[in-house]
Amino acid sequence: MKIVHSWLNDLVPVGDDVDAIADAITHLGLAVEDVARVGATVPGVVTARVLKTERHPDAAKVHRVFVDAGDGVERHVWCGAFNMQAGDVIPLATPGTVMPDGRAIEPKPILGIPSEGMLCSARELGLGDDHSGILILPEGTPLGVPYGEALGLGEEVVYDLDVLRNRPDAYGHIGVARDLAARFGLQLASAPHVLAPVEPSRSAPVDIVAGDRCPRFTTVVISNVAVGPSPDWMARRLAAAGMRSINNVVDVSNYVMLETNQPNHAYDFDTLGGGGFRIRMAAEGETIVTLDDVERTLTAADLLICDATDRPIGLAGIMGGQNTEISDRTHTIALETAWFEPMGILRTVARMGLRSEASARFERGADPYGIDRSVARFVELLRLTCPDLVVHAGMVDARSEAHMPRPTRIEVRPVRVGQLLGTAFTAAEITALIEPIGFACQLDGDVLQVTVPSWRPDCTLEIDIVEEVARHFGYGKLGKTVPKSTVPGGLTPQQQRRRRLRDVLLGLGLSEAMPHPFLAAGDLERAGLSAEAVRLVNPLVVGDDVLRTSLRPGLLKAIEFNESHRRPGVSFFEIGHVYPPSTDVLPAEYEALAVVLAGVDATAAMSVWRELVAAMGWGARVDQGAVPAGLHPTRSATLSVGKDVVGAVGEIHPDALDAYGIDERVAVLELNLSILLAAEPKVAQWKATSRFPSSDFDLAFTVPDSVSAEKVEKAIRQGAGGGRVDLSLFDVYRGKGVPDGARSLAYRLRLQAADRTLTDADVAQVRERIVAGVGKLGASLRG
Amino acid sequence: MIDDVRAAADAAVARLAEVAVLAEAQALETELLGKKGPFAEFKTRLGGLATVDEKKAVGQAVNEATQRVAAAVQARVAELKRAERAVQLEAERIDLTEVLSRPSRGHAHIVTQAWQRLEDVFVGLGFQVAEGPEVETDWYNFEALNMPPDHPARSMHDTFYVDHGTPGSTVLRTHTSPVQIRVMQRVAPPIYMIMPGRVFRNETTDATHLAVFHQIEGLVIDRGITLADLAGTIESFTKAFFGEGFSSRLRPSYFPFTEPSAEFDIRTPKGDWLELGGCGMVPPTVLRAGGLDPEEWSGFAFGFGIDRMAKERHAVGDVREMYTNDIRFVEQF
Repeated sequence: MKIVHSWLNDLVPVGDDVDAIADAITHLGLAVEDVARVGATVPGVVTARVLKTERHPDAAKVHRVFVDAGDGVERHVWCGAFNMQAGDVIPLATPGTVMPDGRAIEPKPILGIPSEGMLCSARELGLGDDHSGILILPEGTPLGVPYGEALGLGEEVVYDLDVLRNRPDAYGHIGVARDLAARFGLQLASAPHVLAPVEPSRSAPVDIVAGDRCPRFTTVVISNVAVGPSPDWMARRLAAAGMRSINNVVDVSNYVMLETNQPNHAYDFDTLGGGGFRIRMAAEGETIVTLDDVERTLTAADLLICDATDRPIGLAGIMGGQNTEISDRTHTIALETAWFEPMGILRTVARMGLRSEASARFERGADPYGIDRSVARFVELLRLTCPDLVVHAGMVDARSEAHMPRPTRIEVRPVRVGQLLGTAFTAAEITALIEPIGFACQLDGDVLQVTVPSWRPDCTLEIDIVEEVARHFGYGKLGKTVPKSTVPGGLTPQQQRRRRLRDVLLGLGLSEAMPHPFLAAGDLERAGLSAEAVRLVNPLVVGDDVLRTSLRPGLLKAIEFNESHRRPGVSFFEIGHVYPPSTDVLPAEYEALAVVLAGVDATAAMSVWRELVAAMGWGARVDQGAVPAGLHPTRSATLSVGKDVVGAVGEIHPDALDAYGIDERVAVLELNLSILLAAEPKVAQWKATSRFPSSDFDLAFTVPDSVSAEKVEKAIRQGAGGGRVDLSLFDVYRGKGVPDGARSLAYRLRLQAADRTLTDADVAQVRERIVAGVGKLGASLRG
Repeated sequence: MIDDVRAAADAAVARLAEVAVLAEAQALETELLGKKGPFAEFKTRLGGLATVDEKKAVGQAVNEATQRVAAAVQARVAELKRAERAVQLEAERIDLTEVLSRPSRGHAHIVTQAWQRLEDVFVGLGFQVAEGPEVETDWYNFEALNMPPDHPARSMHDTFYVDHGTPGSTVLRTHTSPVQIRVMQRVAPPIYMIMPGRVFRNETTDATHLAVFHQIEGLVIDRGITLADLAGTIESFTKAFFGEGFSSRLRPSYFPFTEPSAEFDIRTPKGDWLELGGCGMVPPTVLRAGGLDPEEWSGFAFGFGIDRMAKERHAVGDVREMYTNDIRFVEQF
């Protein structure tokens, strides 16, 4: 909402300290986002009279102009335009002037003769597009004065306010003025003169059919209207507020709206069928051509203004129709000033996507009882350009009383105000703060009976009054205290585990990615995952409407992106939510972890999993028999705890890699963190380190491919019995010397007893047991 | 014989002085002081001496000579060891800036970093951390927060609707505020909670706006909580997070789910004011939606963006860069 300073000053004498006023407005809750100065003149450009012009024999494109800038001194200026004659008044940019385009005026000589300034075109002064010649000012313009002053340009300061939903009244200058008057203890301008209607009576009768949507509709017939230009000051203020000047009638209509927040509409009374109005709901499919020349198709939920012959002439509260528009020949107008039910306007506006200055005000809530004042103001202002206008007796004030808003009364407990604001207020102090903005207060025992002004439909509860008190007292004066928390601060165990998990992943050299949670249609299928997913109704990007059910597609895109930027081999992890479909109230959302390792095989993912098992105290069954969707069928496994699948580990299926345009292997680990982080982890328990020397030896087995290394390891540990054994697989070999369908697995063992040095015989016995145990798996010791 | 002993010792010391290599010095030690060395030889000859006095005198001379030679050997060996170590050290000289490989540290996302720093500051101020679902019901996201269907303020939120359940019943949460309601329903006051999380707005992205971003929300519900408590909490946070030189202020504003409502600004040590977030008292309607009696409990809530903290800390020119997952970006932090 643009508030024009001079306009505001007419309504309340706030003075000229623009910064202080902007600050006050902001701290009243009407954030000033910008203060602009519009229509500013260029300093240094003054009016001057042309004394004579003269050609120079050696200059073809310029001539010499001699001017008087009001001080009687003859000045010489070179000029490239030839449209002026002796006696013309023109704008002269004196040396030192900086033009709006940044050019500085210097006494630059041509042919050795200096120029004492520059004559300006309209465009050069930012006054329009005309650059065909020097701007000739009206005859009789005083000399030596700033051209803006001579043209009556006058600068306007404009405050651009971010008016929020709770302050519909601040969409009018008067609403802002009222707040400022209260803040500065100033008197608000008095209401305009009351109307003095005269005979003969001329009425525009109103038939309200849809009273719930149109509780009040007033009309007044005004004749002897002469359509013409508006006064300069009005056109200037409208322009500063962002509206173009059209003619005096339309301008007054807009001016009154911007001042009082009450939209109105002037109809050419002579084109109004039947000379009256009918307010009804539209028929389904009915059409109307609005002022913007668009034919609009209506529904039964849209409110129409029709003339007395039931012809639609306006979309109520939103936009008038073309057929009754004011024209140059208009002599008599019917002025509509009405109040429409806000939600109905809002719905029609939302459905049609058609917003107007009027609808913006009606949907937020205009003042149903402010209509009379706004009509009086309309007449007062129109009379400035139409001194002979006649306001006819027979004004109509049609109401559906049952639907008119009643004044809101709120019981306010001063004690409660203090309890919520942290500063005690007496009933008298509260009254002194809110009465100046129109809230009538009456003390009733311990309670203040507050009557809300009709222009503040946002206030319905005690807490709304608490806010008004705080706003006008000043938030900054309420002090700062710190409540004493009686609960211990901290992260939940699950949140602590998530932090630990992230630290371990970072320590493993993995970097954190955050892909978009929306996928395009086909992204899941390309990854080999089920296409079944929850979709967005209104995606931002057409097609990106799938809510991810897996972190995998996003990370595959990240790998592809980096590969295509010559960064193969990236390792990423992501911790984020996925949203699988569900028949519950909400999708089966859970937190997931995915690790992707480009350029390495599935064992790298297993190695990350084992590290997490060790660090997080997790455990899960690694089932290579159950291949997770989209993963490599011979290089992947499902991770499960009991009956719950908690994750997947392995490699991305080559088909998926192809589909994502990835040229390297990608190892992957996916975990359901909502399950894993919720579980109490196994805490590592102390085992005493042995003080006795260890016995170290290596064992290599030829193991059939059908037997997993995990089984071999288990057999070795069993063979070692109760003694402590450290075990590591240090070589895997396939090829010469090993039969097809088998591989050699070489382990390094370290045996140690807690209570003694192992003898050669002890070690030999253990070794024998191990070889026998592993042998049962179909493996044999390599020679 | 005493003279022979002394002469042998002199000769041994002289030979040691000529040795230039550690291994030779060690070999000489064995030769001179070993069982077949000259002094061992002298000792075997002691038995053949006539008198006790003679035995005693010669024996003493042999011991003295042995000790003298042993000391000389030790000194020479030490000297040669030092010399050899010195040669080795010089030969091993390297340029420490010739670094061929580096350990590959993982890089946490800068939004995670900001998120955790914020959590840590609030935990220090006595807050707990709560979380909630990103796909929400219309009731939690809007209705319980004083935005019934058709409430005009809903247009302030460009909402993503989710095709789940009855049309319009499910949304991607437009703010973290629905977690407030879930917390109020789950936890008995006093409540001192922050609620960080991912939020969604259906608006075109640009250098400073994202459709998917992160917010952190605070909620305090206790007996006798005031607007001054809100201002004080914001001030404590401002100083703890940004530094002692910063301060804060509240400006009246409007949100459907707080009243009185405010924007809060922080003042930099240079004196500039920066808009940070929104806040206000939790109004009776919202307390009731959370199952609390507004006559017994009062509270406040505040919230602001996490992404902007990351963006400004690292001077990232365009917030969209933070979500490209370009390793060249990720590795910078």
